Amino acid sequence: MSEVLLDIKNLKTSFRIKDHHYAAVDDVTLTVKKNEVLAIVGESGSGKSAFAFSIMGLHTRAKIEGEINYKGSNLVQAGPNQMKKLRGKEMGMIFQDALSALNPLMVVGAQIDEAIFLHNPKSSKNLRKLQVINLLNQVGIPRPEKTYHQYPHELSGGMRQRIVIAMAISNQPELLIADEPTTALDVTIQSQILDLIKELKETIHAGIILITHDLGVVAEMADRVAVMYAGQIVEIADVYTLMENPQHPYTRSLLNSIPTLNDVKEELHVIQGVVPSLQNLPRTGCRFASRIPWIEESEHEASPELHEISPGHYVRCTCYKDFYFPEQAEEERNYVAN
Amino acid sequence: MWKLIVRRTLITIPQIIVLSILVFILAQAMPGDALTGLIDPNIDPATIEAMRERLGLNNPWYVQYVDWVKGVLQGDFGQSFRFKMPVSELIGERMINTLWLSLATLILTYLIAIPLGIISGRFNDTWLDRAITGYTYIGFAAPLFIFALVMLFIFGFQLGWFPTSGSVAPGTEPGTFAYFISKLNHLLLPALSMALITTVSTVQYLRSEIIDTKQKDFIVTARAKGSSESRVYNRHVLRNSLLPIAAFFGYEITGLIGGTIFIENIFGYPGMGELFLSSISLRDYSVMTALVLLFGLAAIIGALLSDIILSLVDPRIRIK
Repeated sequence: MSEVLLDIKNLKTSFRIKDHHYAAVDDVTLTVKKNEVLAIVGESGSGKSAFAFSIMGLHTRAKIEGEINYKGSNLVQAGPNQMKKLRGKEMGMIFQDALSALNPLMVVGAQIDEAIFLHNPKSSKNLRKLQVINLLNQVGIPRPEKTYHQYPHELSGGMRQRIVIAMAISNQPELLIADEPTTALDVTIQSQILDLIKELKETIHAGIILITHDLGVVAEMADRVAVMYAGQIVEIADVYTLMENPQHPYTRSLLNSIPTLNDVKEELHVIQGVVPSLQNLPRTGCRFASRIPWIEESEHEASPELHEISPGHYVRCTCYKDFYFPEQAEEERNYVAN
Repeated sequence: MWKLIVRRTLITIPQIIVLSILVFILAQAMPGDALTGLIDPNIDPATIEAMRERLGLNNPWYVQYVDWVKGVLQGDFGQSFRFKMPVSELIGERMINTLWLSLATLILTYLIAIPLGIISGRFNDTWLDRAITGYTYIGFAAPLFIFALVMLFIFGFQLGWFPTSGSVAPGTEPGTFAYFISKLNHLLLPALSMALITTVSTVQYLRSEIIDTKQKDFIVTARAKGSSESRVYNRHVLRNSLLPIAAFFGYEITGLIGGTIFIENIFGYPGMGELFLSSISLRDYSVMTALVLLFGLAAIIGALLSDIILSLVDPRIRIK
């Protein structure tokens, strides 16, 4: 495929809680290519957002180790000035909740204008205004001149998210990080925003990291998918492989949890338990083991590694080999008994 | 925008009416009337009664109230029994003094509060922040009248940097530069003493507002756009944090009224507060009533001002 845009090696982001550092992102290695959409999927608390913030260098109180190689420099070592120049120019970020992501006291036009101004301080005000109007057009805002002078609270949720997107793409970034861009929106607006992001992918040719917990979004948008659990990548594959042939128990549980419309009587599948908190997370062995207690301990690896089971398809730990869902097993037993 | 201001201003009218009724009823509830204590007790009670009738003191309270309001609207608050002069004249010169003192205190309050609040909020949990919060706790704990006495003792009496009483040096000609400087000199120590104490709540308020605002999502957005830290603070954090301070302005004025009553008495500063306390102790009813009415008016106007300021700076409040 195309060339590598971002090459992340052994990224570890830890937060200090009472004199101890706990890794929220633990040893993540992956690449993002130009012009591809890499989806990162996982439950709340699995470290997706912490991962995205690490790339942008937006953590204020975190210890970041490893390498984030971008255009020949390691961003983990980059100083604040270098990051300041990259942020907003080469890396744009789309946030989850557009209402809180916009300054309530500034008209939205001025907020987009600021994004352009920061990287082109010598540009003329009129020119920037034209650029902002163009951007507003590009993200599908119906009356850009009017919207320019409106405050965030005067716009609808979908419009606000479009503003946030316009801000993120204002300097034609090469990397776009979308942190759950549709979570705060209702379903019809969600699909509009997703269509917009897809469209932008074609026009600005950026590498996109799409963070989500919605597998529907993944199926629609992504080229490749990385599944994250408790700070680690547990499975990574292109989207067709992952949807058709998921291997890791976590991926399979996630896919199995999607309700289907075909079978009305079917009970909603839930994954037992919750993602352990940072402090309670076991740092050895398979991190998913506690949520699939019916799987024998001997099935897990002592220190689980990513195994390449087919080209480009990696799965962590060996427990995937003999994984089954207890209710399926029961159904089969009932079937045999009958 | 203008609609909101006009509407908000109209609301003050019923507030002022209620205030005037309250003040009038309180004055009526006080034992005795304008003639008690003023008149030689040996005078024939029938004569006193006739006088009462003539002055309208036997009318029902609402008739008296209307008479009083008519007078007040024309600037007639009655006579001060102590100074034997019209109350309006008596208060007039004092009001100017108190206005200057309050203005100086307000300016000093914000001059202290804003930088301290910003430093404390931006660099929270550093030694600098701890020093500033330490000062605010002392300010909260120290009673204003004790602190003012200490200030007066040190800077007025021991060091002699400032005059210890009055509002202007005797013999200076009004309108000259020397007069202005002398006014300022007399004003500075009381204003500073009051500001140092009253500012602490604003410092604390601003500090917690900044700490709160800097964790907001739109601050992350500003960083993600490539803003420098100083730009993040100056353009995004500060303006959002100053909103509640603007809203707090009205209460600041109410606080000032209470403050000037103490401060003017301690510093012998001839203002409304000083007049108020001495009028209470001498039962100078007409002066007291007028002052309570004016203090109440100041509080109402303060609340009005803070609402207007808030609507100017916060677009979310402007009602279409």
